[in-house]
Amino acid sequence: MTTQIIQQKRTPASTVSSKKIGRPHYGTHIFLLAMAVMWLIPLLWSVYTALRPFADTNKFGYFSIAGHYSLDNFFTAWNQAGMGKYLVNSAIITVPTVLLTLFFASLMAFAVSRFSWKFNVTLLIMFTAGNLLPPQVLAAPLYEMYKFTPLPLSVSDSGNLLNTYYSVILTNTAFQIGFCTFVLSNYMKALPAELTEAALVDGASVWRQYANIIMPLCRPALAAMGTLEVIFIYNDFFWPLLFIQSGDRLPITTGIKNLQGDFLSNYNLIAAGATITIIPTLVVYLLLQRHFVAGLTLGATKG
Amino acid sequence: MTTIDAPPARVQRARGKRRSHLLTASDKATLGVMAGVPTLIQFVFIWAPMVLSIILSFMRWNGLRLSDIKATGLTNYQFIVQDYPPFWPAVAHNIIWLLFLACVATPLGLLLAVLLDQRIRGSRIYQSIFFVPVMLSLPLIGIIWQLMYARNEGFINNIAGIANTPAAIDWFGNPSINLWAALVAATWRHAGYIMVLYLAGLKGVDPSLREAAAVDGASASQTFFRVVFPAMKPINIVVVVITVIEALRAFDIVYIINGGKNGLELIGALVVQNLVGEGQVIGIGSALAVMLLIVSLVPITIYLSRVFGRED
Repeated sequence: MTTQIIQQKRTPASTVSSKKIGRPHYGTHIFLLAMAVMWLIPLLWSVYTALRPFADTNKFGYFSIAGHYSLDNFFTAWNQAGMGKYLVNSAIITVPTVLLTLFFASLMAFAVSRFSWKFNVTLLIMFTAGNLLPPQVLAAPLYEMYKFTPLPLSVSDSGNLLNTYYSVILTNTAFQIGFCTFVLSNYMKALPAELTEAALVDGASVWRQYANIIMPLCRPALAAMGTLEVIFIYNDFFWPLLFIQSGDRLPITTGIKNLQGDFLSNYNLIAAGATITIIPTLVVYLLLQRHFVAGLTLGATKG
Repeated sequence: MTTIDAPPARVQRARGKRRSHLLTASDKATLGVMAGVPTLIQFVFIWAPMVLSIILSFMRWNGLRLSDIKATGLTNYQFIVQDYPPFWPAVAHNIIWLLFLACVATPLGLLLAVLLDQRIRGSRIYQSIFFVPVMLSLPLIGIIWQLMYARNEGFINNIAGIANTPAAIDWFGNPSINLWAALVAATWRHAGYIMVLYLAGLKGVDPSLREAAAVDGASASQTFFRVVFPAMKPINIVVVVITVIEALRAFDIVYIINGGKNGLELIGALVVQNLVGEGQVIGIGSALAVMLLIVSLVPITIYLSRVFGRED
């Protein structure tokens, strides 16, 4: 975590004060330990339940250690319950959405932060406000708009935008652009004006300033936003629920709802499905946690 | 991020003027497209639907043909307030949800941040643990907690020794307690989120402030409540806004548990119930959404005026 580095840097200066002010007591340790255990139990319980065959938990009870342990539930969930397919669908939706969001947001952020024109602040406010709306507010009109948008049957078997990946990609992109524009514009504003002024004098076009000067400098912010958005879109439940009717096109976050319906009393299988859903998140968590946290705090600490 | 706020106003204007002389016609066109396309996307998919939602809330429509739309004035709102049984429970539950997040989950997140901000052994490991649920989706959290709460199969009844007995508690099924059970699940995520924000906020507090307070003989709690906490005002506002917006948006967890019925009614879930599946009642769904919109405008306005206030 980035915060860790800052903490270490600060340590020499604050040694005196932290000795006086916040000396960690045993109570603190016990409290944190208890909380950490409580925080981990739901996760460990899911994994543990997933590792045990249904027959064994029926026989010995869920709260037992007897019986076999295997990955069978994971294979069943992956193949029979369609988790594998759901995961592919999630990738089909998440990758283009994140790329489109970052692309459009960076264009807008560049235009509003590096140039001043009449309505740039107003637009930025409206972009930011859009992302803060509860998505339910947009649900009915978007659903009807998509229903009345005709598409050739070769593109969409429903004959309109409903029940397609496009509907989810478009909506998520639009919904996330606001937030990314806000964060990226703050970041771009902080870059010195001389950078692009020099380029402008040299006759570099606006596009080249964007592509060759500003964007490369925004890599940390883009990495943070990209990581955050991957998780946001992967975790999105609402739009696929609203727009996609065919079970086999659902992304995993919405698809686990079907798992719950189809295997009502088989908690082992549900647990395996839940664990599979966590895995991509866990990968991001282990590899990119720094960027994720940076993204969360970038969005929140401005001001 | 904030350091560039103060000087620009004048500088920027001067720069802008200089710019417009230097910009060629094609540059201006490029800029127009750069700002125009995203704005058009926002217009089509966000702003216009928002306005259409408001319009639809005054209409009666079965969603079949556009010509079937009929204006009904305030009928939808009247129906919701007077004759729609889940409405008032949902309002109450949303308020409880907000109060619980504000009084339990958010303070818990702050407490964790304050404790972990000390030079405590294993701070980093603790942070990572509390952070895991923040990255999980709310429906997944609902499912994970379903495994915890299940009557005979769940962890909680088993460790309490009441699983498979008549005393077994149906945590998510019993309408008098399931809201609280869902709130525990929501807290599991929310507290970690708030912790991350406050950890960043605490790092931003000038250490000399604490030292000065310590020199003046302030106790740990005095230092925190009188010095450190007020110094984090920007973060505090963001946290308040996030807490309120999360409470208004809440719907995923209850929807995955039982579709948002039987003790788990929330406005966000009622909107979806009226819009998804058969028996769509678009007017009612929209009217509920508009109510949600109106309440949401309060935290949104606070946030925007805070963030953009100085730039206007």
